[in-house]
Amino acid sequence: MNFAVLQFPGSNCDQDVVHVLRNVLGHSARLLWHKDSSLGEADAVIVPGGFSYGDYLRTGAIARFSPVMDAVQRFAADGGLVLGICNGFQILCEAGLLPGALIRNRSLQFRCEHTFLKTATADSSFTSRIPPDKLLRVPIAHGEGCYFADEETLARLKANHQILWRYVTAQGEPTEAANPNGSLDNIAGICNEQRNVAGLMPHPERASELILGCADGRLVFESMIHALVGKPVALAT
Amino acid sequence: MKAKIVITPKKAVLDPQGKTVQNALALMGYTGVGAVHVGKYLEIELTGADKDMASRQIAEACHKILSNPVIEDYRFEIE
Repeated sequence: MNFAVLQFPGSNCDQDVVHVLRNVLGHSARLLWHKDSSLGEADAVIVPGGFSYGDYLRTGAIARFSPVMDAVQRFAADGGLVLGICNGFQILCEAGLLPGALIRNRSLQFRCEHTFLKTATADSSFTSRIPPDKLLRVPIAHGEGCYFADEETLARLKANHQILWRYVTAQGEPTEAANPNGSLDNIAGICNEQRNVAGLMPHPERASELILGCADGRLVFESMIHALVGKPVALAT
Repeated sequence: MKAKIVITPKKAVLDPQGKTVQNALALMGYTGVGAVHVGKYLEIELTGADKDMASRQIAEACHKILSNPVIEDYRFEIE
């Protein structure tokens, strides 16, 4: 599969994502500069983590107006798979591709630690390969990862099973202590209503090889690859 | 002309910065201090002379990029 990995000024997880896709999973991955207005031949897009535009104004607020994001909007509208990780999640929310917003952690601290994630549904192109009841151990590293949405949006997310991952304890309980940033309902990641765009604050690319202590993050990328295999390859514009 | 824009977190949104400042003020002995809301202040210098047009443009920019309507409110004046 051909993955396009976006690169904004201030992205810093782009190379890690490319490494995992190419060297760990054996797929093709290419970096795409934010000024590019076309995605080329891409089967899926990853918006990686970092501090695009220095997080000025708000996280993701400026990146979402980069030329490449117009191409991502069209790609997503045509049903293409888009995954935003950390700052990528923030950018997708700012771009309106995902509902809600990510605000300052409730603790006001930058949190850099491992979390346990419980997958809420296998019914998505980002979670289908995650065994039921398996907790994923994936690190976070963010200061603004507190997921917020108004009550109506949150109710819709629940009703449509758009919540993909929640922060939980090692025993799988979504307690307040397991919530590293104050996110509503312990939300760590969501998808859009059409289920082809997803975002999460934890970094699966930092937990995709056993040498790094854990390879649970691979399951997210493997789910995407599984969803793409067998599907006709759409040419992105 | 100059646009003076104030952006504040919506009431329903958790404002941990405001809460922390409020606690600090209370610790310092300031009495009668209620909820604190921490927002942003922007000043934009405008080169045009048409105040109505400037007002429309600033309102649009506030909505599109300067604030996030999901979590923030804005108000501005042009002088």
